[in-house]
Amino acid sequence: MGAEQSPKIVIVDESPIRAAILEEGLREAGFTGVVHISEMQSLLARIYALDPDVILIDLENPSRDVLEQMFQVSRAVRRPIAMFVDQSDAASIQASVDAGVSAYIVDGLKKERIKPILDLCISRFNAFARLQDELDRAKSALEDRKVIDRAKGILMKLKGLTEDEAYVLLRSTAMREKKKIGEIAQSILTASELLK
Amino acid sequence: MTSPLCIGFIPLVDAAALIVAVDKGFAAAEGLDVTLVREVSWSNVRDKLNIGLFDAAHLLAPVAIASSLGLGHVKVPIAAPCNLGLNGNAITVSPALHTAILGELSGDRFDPLATAQALARVVAIRRKSGAEPLTFGMTFPFSTHNYQLRFWMAAGGVDPDEDVRLVVLPPPFMVDSLTNGHVDGFCVGAPWNSIAVDHGVGHILHFASDILERAAEKVLAVRQAWSGKNPELVTSLVRATFRATEFIEQPQNRNETARLLAQPDRVGVDADIIKRTLDGRLKISPDGTIRESSRYLLVGREGASRPDRAQAAWLYAQMVRWGQASISPEALKTAEAVFRPDLYDAALGLDGGSADLYPIGAFAGPAFDPNDIAGHLAAFTIGRWRSA
Repeated sequence: MGAEQSPKIVIVDESPIRAAILEEGLREAGFTGVVHISEMQSLLARIYALDPDVILIDLENPSRDVLEQMFQVSRAVRRPIAMFVDQSDAASIQASVDAGVSAYIVDGLKKERIKPILDLCISRFNAFARLQDELDRAKSALEDRKVIDRAKGILMKLKGLTEDEAYVLLRSTAMREKKKIGEIAQSILTASELLK
Repeated sequence: MTSPLCIGFIPLVDAAALIVAVDKGFAAAEGLDVTLVREVSWSNVRDKLNIGLFDAAHLLAPVAIASSLGLGHVKVPIAAPCNLGLNGNAITVSPALHTAILGELSGDRFDPLATAQALARVVAIRRKSGAEPLTFGMTFPFSTHNYQLRFWMAAGGVDPDEDVRLVVLPPPFMVDSLTNGHVDGFCVGAPWNSIAVDHGVGHILHFASDILERAAEKVLAVRQAWSGKNPELVTSLVRATFRATEFIEQPQNRNETARLLAQPDRVGVDADIIKRTLDGRLKISPDGTIRESSRYLLVGREGASRPDRAQAAWLYAQMVRWGQASISPEALKTAEAVFRPDLYDAALGLDGGSADLYPIGAFAGPAFDPNDIAGHLAAFTIGRWRSA
């Protein structure tokens, strides 16, 4: 790799959205040589063929253990792999594990060239996690709503209540049993399924 | 007062002692409030233990040693005050390789020397015909699975680095990889061998206990520094784990253990498969052939939970044999010091001097002598090691 050349970066991630977010960030920062691998079959062979300088992998990926094989004595390895940024750089390791990403760096890439890649990777991973979290919360709120509406319908039919009365009954039961309304509503749906 | 602890594990049957310690209340009885965190890779378990996100972990015994020696990764000294399991692995091969090995077999099919020699003949035939080398999956470079596969095939004259390909595969991918022909066989822990057999895509060729009668598999791992600062927590953890191993080994508790492990946030596979593993009664072929062994997986019986330094030395010797570690008396000492029978004995009020010593019982080569690793390794013709 020449001094002025952009290092070749491989992103190993089964989430296409997260990989796209990271790839975009890297390109914006001027790292043009980015390849995304989403298929885990023959992962090591593909990485050897690409011969990257940096490999980024998400920590939810079981194939991380496959990458550990790069450290082993093997005919397939053309260049030695160093772990993370630096053995002494505990803060970087901590930050990347917290963000849910791990970086494998091929020996020879200078530390000052790695840091911006890693920092960007960490911030994009954190951003994705926040996005995911918001999405999950929105999804579960919507699910709850649907379940509560159906439970209300059952109560209205069985007990001859108005919609407001059905909701009050759900809410007061939830408070008494120290549960969420959604949980009470779900148990009504389950019970009505069983009693059908 | 209860102490909160975060412990990482990989969903395998040999995490049983930790899972039972938590889910049956043995940990709570010791004043520990344990959160078990299910992980997807050994690298994650190692890193999260190393940087302190986990207080303790279910860890491959060789990873604990590699981490303490700084092999392949950051050097963080690890202490293993308790074993979580001995043995428990098996070698499974595709129906095609199974047929090929049995076709070349002269001798007993459960004799690992006979099957390894048959494998050598299969390898030679394939080479002559220009076929691709056979590929075997194992779970991690620093794993008993890697060393057991290598030990077995090398005894029959197969060089694991030259004659076949060994690849790391995450255990959940093993069965698929065998089905689609990416590997011809693998060495992995429970439940994955049984799942391959149940799917009709594999035959269990060997229990790892055919290769080594007694092999330290997973350990309860903590950072040495943490262990030094929290001796009471180590004691409580060892006691809770030990109680769990006693519980698991009672035959009348096996159904309950299997049910606990089957939970989706634990091992998350069918309780029946887990029970077979605990009972050492495994279906080894899709036609329903059953094989029983009293040595398949030892969780607590025969002193299984007590760390044995000779086991640590044996694992280090394998690292040397296969070129992962250089040979030195200091490294051997560091490796041995990872296993902490002293902490185990102190926690359980045992007199270490009277503990039973068991041989490793390898099917090939001389009896293992931790004091002469170079001499021991010289008895094996295939290997990558050079004296320092």
